[in-house]
Amino acid sequence: MAGSNKADITPPRWLLAELSYKCPLQCPYCSNPLDYAQYPNELSTDDWKRVLSQARKMGAVQLGFSGGEPLTRQDLVELVRHARELGYYSNLITSGYGLNEAKIIELKQAGLDHIQVSIQASTQELNDHIAGTATYQHKREVARLVKKHGYPMVLCVVIHRQNIHQMPQILEMAENLGADYLELANTQYYGWAHINRDALLPTREQFQQAEAIAQAYKEKVAGKMKIYYVVPDYYEDRPKACMNGWGTTFLTIAPDGTALPCHSARELPGLDCPNVQDFSIEHIWNESKTFNFFRGTDWMQEPCRSCDEKHKDFGGCRCQAFLFNADMYSTDPVCSKSPERHRIDAAIASARAQTMVTVEKPLIFRNTKNSKPFFKA
Amino acid sequence: MTLNPELPLQFSPLHRLQWEEAQQKYVILYPEGMVELNQSSAEILQLCDGAHNPVQIVETLEAKFATTGLGNDIFTFLNIALQNGWIKQG
Repeated sequence: MAGSNKADITPPRWLLAELSYKCPLQCPYCSNPLDYAQYPNELSTDDWKRVLSQARKMGAVQLGFSGGEPLTRQDLVELVRHARELGYYSNLITSGYGLNEAKIIELKQAGLDHIQVSIQASTQELNDHIAGTATYQHKREVARLVKKHGYPMVLCVVIHRQNIHQMPQILEMAENLGADYLELANTQYYGWAHINRDALLPTREQFQQAEAIAQAYKEKVAGKMKIYYVVPDYYEDRPKACMNGWGTTFLTIAPDGTALPCHSARELPGLDCPNVQDFSIEHIWNESKTFNFFRGTDWMQEPCRSCDEKHKDFGGCRCQAFLFNADMYSTDPVCSKSPERHRIDAAIASARAQTMVTVEKPLIFRNTKNSKPFFKA
Repeated sequence: MTLNPELPLQFSPLHRLQWEEAQQKYVILYPEGMVELNQSSAEILQLCDGAHNPVQIVETLEAKFATTGLGNDIFTFLNIALQNGWIKQG
């Protein structure tokens, strides 16, 4: 454990409020933990209001209402109103399921700033297959209504091997729907995406082709639609600067009140993640073992320790180091300087091999039944 | 998209300009993003209120700070702001 100097602690800027793990969709790349169904408890409205107030007082300004599906919470409008009164910029990150025009207007009046709608593919058949629910037509309608009511409209499409061939159609769809921003999020392989990796990870050629198409389109729609391209880190040779550094910027609160430095951190062993029902946000952020665990650079091993890029990428992602190396202190194996880089290359080769077989592994969809085998004792 | 010196400027309805007490500075907020502003940028953007054109913004700020020769810097910043979609014209 690092034992960082308190004076170096920067305040949180982003608060991700995962209101509920309930979701009508079953996306096989969901970022929720595999054992999510083990945590059915949800914070009360008053708990959430207190969390929002305390984090805002420390300096958090961007607020994401996420989940699961945040619209499953009956008090969402009340929480949005509270967030607006506190001065947050609030983002609703939704599948669009359960969203209608009356709700969109009600949320706008309560002060919601932005709605991000996810679409799984550019065709109904593939969208509905990946989502595990017939949602395609409704999502398109929601996107139209979001735009109609003056919100900035952000369309989010998670990219993987099942839909990467649709890149040109996805770009056209976003433009036709009038998206102000298109987020092309290459799947990050944690949680559900990790167990489905062989079926989801594109080959290098597929990825390069799709990226070239997206970059060319970026120029075509410049000034009209902004395209955010989230790179798939397996094909990089330096790790991502995960969370902008542990405990520097991001604070996630899980539905049951567990406070996390990133939304995957509850997978890491021995962190003893604190709960907002027991501690204030200020205590959690400044004093807790969890948030101080990987602050600074004292915890690093070689090759990170002596690396001149350690202040740029902070050693990469702790969850990825743990997933691949079973050692959360080790260098993110994406890094070409990591002695474990071969593990990433093996994962790429394994996924590629799946494209050669006639019967591919079936996707494991994110639902309560499939979550149960992952429950921890 | 080039700046017209005579047309009034508005702050974008898809962004929010806000004073942040914790940071002691103005910021621009937009979907999942934030730009921190220095004092002069904030002064300029606050005048993008639908009532001032670029020439009037220069005049107003030169008067406010009792100085001259701010034109180039202000026009450069307004062009950046326009390209980024923080402000709109016409």
